[in-house]
Amino acid sequence: MMTILGVPTQALFGQLLLGLINGSFYALLSLGLAIIFGLLNIINFAHGAQYMMGAFVAWMLLNYAGLGYWWALILAPLAVGLFGVVLERLLIARLYKLDHLYGLLLTFGLALIIQGLFRQQYGVSGLPYAIPPELSGGQRLPFMFLPNYRGWIVAFSLVICIVTWLVIEKTKLGAYLRAATENPTLVQAFGVNVPLLLTLTYGFGVALAALAGVLAAPVYSVNPNMGADIIIVVFAVVVIGGMGSILGSILTGFALGLVEGLTKVFYPEASATAIFVIMVVVLLVKPAGLFGKPA
Amino acid sequence: MLRGMRLATALGVLMAGCVAARADGPVPVKIGVLNDRSGVYSDISGEGSVVAARMALEDFKPAEHGLKVEIVSADHQNKPDVGSAIARQWYDRDGVDVIMDVVTSSVALAINQVTREKNKVHINSGAGSADLTGSQCTPNTVHWTYDTAALANGTGGAMVKRGGDTWFFITADYAFGQALQRDTSAVVTKNGGKVVGSVKTPFPNSDFSSFLLQAQASKAKVIGLANAGGDTINAVKQAAEFGITEGGQALAGLLIFSSDIHSLTPKVAQGLVLTEPFYWDLNDATRSFSDRFAKLFGGKKPTAAQAGVYAGTLHYLKAVEAQKSARDGAATVAKMKELPTDDPLFGKGEIRADGRKIHDMYLFEVKKPAESKGEWDLYKLLATIPGKEAFRPLNEGGCPLVKG
Amino acid sequence: MAHAAAPADAAPIAAALPETRDTKALHRIVFIGLAVLLAVLPFGLYPVFLMKVLCFALFALAFNLLLGYGGLLSFGHAAYFGMASYVSAYAAKNWGVTPEIAILAGTLTAALLGLAFGALAIRRQGIYFSMITLALAQMVFFFSLQAKMTGGEDGIQAVPRGRLFGLIDLSDDRVLYVLVALIFFGGLLLIYRIIHSPFGQVLKAIRDNEPRAISLGYRTTRYKLAVFVLSTTLAGLAGATKAIVFQLASLTDVHWSMSGEVVLMTLVGGMGTVFGPIAGSFVIVAMENYLAEFGAWVTIIQGCVFVVCVLVFREGIVGLVARKLRKPL
Repeated sequence: MMTILGVPTQALFGQLLLGLINGSFYALLSLGLAIIFGLLNIINFAHGAQYMMGAFVAWMLLNYAGLGYWWALILAPLAVGLFGVVLERLLIARLYKLDHLYGLLLTFGLALIIQGLFRQQYGVSGLPYAIPPELSGGQRLPFMFLPNYRGWIVAFSLVICIVTWLVIEKTKLGAYLRAATENPTLVQAFGVNVPLLLTLTYGFGVALAALAGVLAAPVYSVNPNMGADIIIVVFAVVVIGGMGSILGSILTGFALGLVEGLTKVFYPEASATAIFVIMVVVLLVKPAGLFGKPA
Repeated sequence: MLRGMRLATALGVLMAGCVAARADGPVPVKIGVLNDRSGVYSDISGEGSVVAARMALEDFKPAEHGLKVEIVSADHQNKPDVGSAIARQWYDRDGVDVIMDVVTSSVALAINQVTREKNKVHINSGAGSADLTGSQCTPNTVHWTYDTAALANGTGGAMVKRGGDTWFFITADYAFGQALQRDTSAVVTKNGGKVVGSVKTPFPNSDFSSFLLQAQASKAKVIGLANAGGDTINAVKQAAEFGITEGGQALAGLLIFSSDIHSLTPKVAQGLVLTEPFYWDLNDATRSFSDRFAKLFGGKKPTAAQAGVYAGTLHYLKAVEAQKSARDGAATVAKMKELPTDDPLFGKGEIRADGRKIHDMYLFEVKKPAESKGEWDLYKLLATIPGKEAFRPLNEGGCPLVKG
Repeated sequence: MAHAAAPADAAPIAAALPETRDTKALHRIVFIGLAVLLAVLPFGLYPVFLMKVLCFALFALAFNLLLGYGGLLSFGHAAYFGMASYVSAYAAKNWGVTPEIAILAGTLTAALLGLAFGALAIRRQGIYFSMITLALAQMVFFFSLQAKMTGGEDGIQAVPRGRLFGLIDLSDDRVLYVLVALIFFGGLLLIYRIIHSPFGQVLKAIRDNEPRAISLGYRTTRYKLAVFVLSTTLAGLAGATKAIVFQLASLTDVHWSMSGEVVLMTLVGGMGTVFGPIAGSFVIVAMENYLAEFGAWVTIIQGCVFVVCVLVFREGIVGLVARKLRKPL
C-alpha cells in the first residue's frame, strides 16, 4: 500500500473527502455571511443561532406537523428566512448609518437571546433527528465507506452555492445587488427600492444558514449550542476569503474544509486552531483576504 | 412567576428560620443546591437536582426528627468564579450549611476549597473529577455518585472480561479526556487487554467522522470515547451513520448519562456500552422513586446525578440529626462517614475516609429499538460491579487524610 | 453605507464634549465620590462581590482605553485577562511567591502577549482588526485548554492568597478588599492620566482622523501599539488580581464569551467615557450574581440588554449623565 508521510493514500483520500463535506457547511454558512456583509455591512453574529434554528425547525416540522426531511429542506429556510426579514425590518435597519461595531453587537445580543430561549424550551442534551430513509445506507468506495447522506451534503451544497453565485453574477437582480453594494445612493436614484433589497438580502442570507442547519440535523447533535462554536470558525473563513466576496467565501469554505481534514490526519489536536493560524497569516500577507478587493 | 413565588417562600422560611434558631426549637439546616441550570450540563443536574433534594425532605420528614430544613438553589453557569462567589455568599451571609450537586469539575474543585475554608459541607454528585477524593480531598467533602476513575474501571475492566481486549481511544484533547484515557488504558492493560491506538480531538468538536474512520481502520474491538457531553453525543450519532457497530466494533462511552442516551434514542445509540451508578429501572425502589420524580418533573426520569442529590441529602440529614447541629461541617462529615449509608436508590454502602461514597456500579448496554418498550426504556444490565472493586483503592488516590 | 467606515460613529457623543476648567473640578468630585464609595460600600455589600466588580471594572476600563480612545475594537481581550490570571495563579501556587509578585508576573505576561499580538493586529483596521484579535484569542484559548500548566477544564485551583510583601495576611476578605480597591483606584488614576496626557491627545487625533495625524508627522502605528499594550497590561492586572481573589484561574476567563462580556460592560456604561465602564461592570456583575436563581434567563436578559443598548441607549449610563450635564465624564 502506498503511503504519504506514513499515512496510507487510501486513508488520505477518505479524510480529504470528509474534509470536503465539512467544507460544504463552511461554504454555505460563509456564503450567507458574505452576502449579508457585502450589502448590509453587518457582521451577522446571529448566523450561528439561525443555523441552529434551521435544525430545530426541521425537528419541529417532523414532531408537530409530521412533515419529513424533504419538506423541512424547503420550509425551514423559508420560515427562518422570514424571521430574518422581521429582524431586519424591526431592528437591524436602524443601524445602517452607524459603525460596523453596532451591527456586530446587536446581532451578538440577538444570538444570546435566541440560544437562551431554545435552551429554556428544549434543554441542552439535543434532540434526535434521523437520516431520511432515501439517503440512509452508504457506498463502499475503494478507500472508505461513504454514507449516502454525506455524499448528498456535498452535492446539494455545491449546487446551492453555484446557483447563488450565478444569480448574483449573471442575473439582473444580482446586478442590482452588486451595484447597491458599490453605491447604494446611485442605485436608489435609478429607482431601485434599496431598503427592500437589503431586507430580502438579509432574509436570503439567513435562509442559507437555516438550510445548512437542516442539512446538519441528521448528522450533528441538534442542540441550542450547535451554532455557537461553528460561527467563530465561519467568521475566520469569511475573513480569509475576503469580507463580502461571494466567490471567495465559497472557495475558501471548501478549501478550509480540506485543510482541516488534512490536519485531522497529521496533527489532530491542532485541527481547531489551524484555521485561525491561516487567517492571521493571510491577513498579514493579503490584508483584504484572498479574494477581497483592497480597500 | 413560579420562581418568584418560590423565592418569596424561601425568604419567608429564612426569616422564620432565624426566629426559630434563637428559640430552643428544631435544629435549622439550610441546603444549597448549586449546579448548571442553563448550560451544557443542565439536563444532567439542573432543576431536576432541586426536585430530588425536595423529595428527600418529603421522605425524611425533618419535623419528626427535630430539624427544620430549607432549600435554596442557584446557577453557577459552569464558571468557577461565579460558583465560588455564590458559595462564599451562601456560607458567609445566607447561613447555608451544605452545598449539594455541583456538576462540572472546575466549579466543584473551587467549591471544595471554599467549603473547607468555611468549615461547611459539600456533597458532590454531578462532577467527575477523582481529585475530589484524591490529591484535593478535604475533611468537608463527600463525593457521592461517581467519578472518572470508577467509570474507567467499570467500563474498561468489564469490557476486557467480555472479550473486548483491543482498544482504540477517541480522546478529547484536554486534561479531563486525557485522564479518562490514561485511567482506562491502565485498567485495560491490567486485565490483559491491549491499546492499539488513539487520536486526540480538539475540544469542543462537532465532526467526528474523520476520527471514527481512523478508529475503524485500527481494527480494534472496542472504541473508547474519552469525552463528554455534546462531543460524545456527536461521536455516537456519527458512529451510527458510518456503521461502526454494524462492522463488529463495540463503542464504549466513558462518561455518558441516561439523559444523553435518551436524547440520542436507542436507534442511534444501540449497542453502546457504558457504566452508571444508577438507572431508574434497576429495582422496585428505584422505579417507584423515578415515577414520583417524573410526575414532579415533566415526565423525565432522574439521572444518576439527580439520584445522588436525593440520597446524599437523606444521609446528610441523618448525620445532622445525630449531631443535633449543622454548625461544624467537618464534624458532620465525620458523622456521615461513621454511619453506614442505606437508601432506596444506592442501597447499603459506606463513605470512606477520603470522602468517597462506595456503592455498586453497573455496566449497561443500550437496547436495540426492538427491545425498548418505551421512551425511557434504554438499558440492558450486563454486569454489576461490586462497590469494593468499582472505585479506586483507598491508598492509590494520594489523599492526605488517608495517611493518618 | 458602503465600506467607508466612519470612525466618528465609533467615538460616542460623550467623548466629543468639550473639556473646560470646571470639567476638571467635576472629575475631581467624581474621584472623591468614588473613593468614598469604595470605603463605604463594603459595609453594605458583600466584599467578595465588590472585589469581583472591581476586577471587572478595571478590565472594562482597560478595554475602553483601547476602544473609546484608540478607536480599536478588540474582540479578544479575554486572552490577556485570562492568561494573566493563569500566570498569577500558577506563580502563587507552584512557585509560592507572595501575591504582589504573582500579580506582577501575570500583568507582565499580559503586557508581553499584548506586544506580540498588538504588533500583528494594529497593521489592520476596523473589522479586520477585531477579527485578528479574535483569532489570536482563540489560539490562546486552545493553548490554555491543552497546556499542562493551566489544568485544562479543571483550571488552577486552591491558589493561596498568601501574605502581601510576606507580611499582611490576605485570607481575610476585608484586608484583601483594601488591596483590590487600591489596585483598582491606581489603575483608574493611571488611565485618567493617560487619556489627559499629550499622548492621549494624539490618540484621539488618530482615532478621529488617522491620515491627518500621519500628515502631521505622527508615527501612528507606534501610538496605536503603545495604547494596545497599555490596555492589555491593565487588563492583565485585572485578571491577575481576580485569580488571587477567587483563588483560581479557569477557562472561563479566556473564552471568547468573556471578550463579549467586557464589550457589553463598556457598552452599558458608556463607551469613550472615563467612568462608564465602572458603572457598566457593576450592572453586569450584579445581574450575573443576583439573577443566578433564574438559570437560563440570565443569558436571555443579557442579550436583551445588548439589543436595547445598541438600539436606543448607545451612549450608555454615564454617557447619558454626561450629556445631561453637558460635560464629559
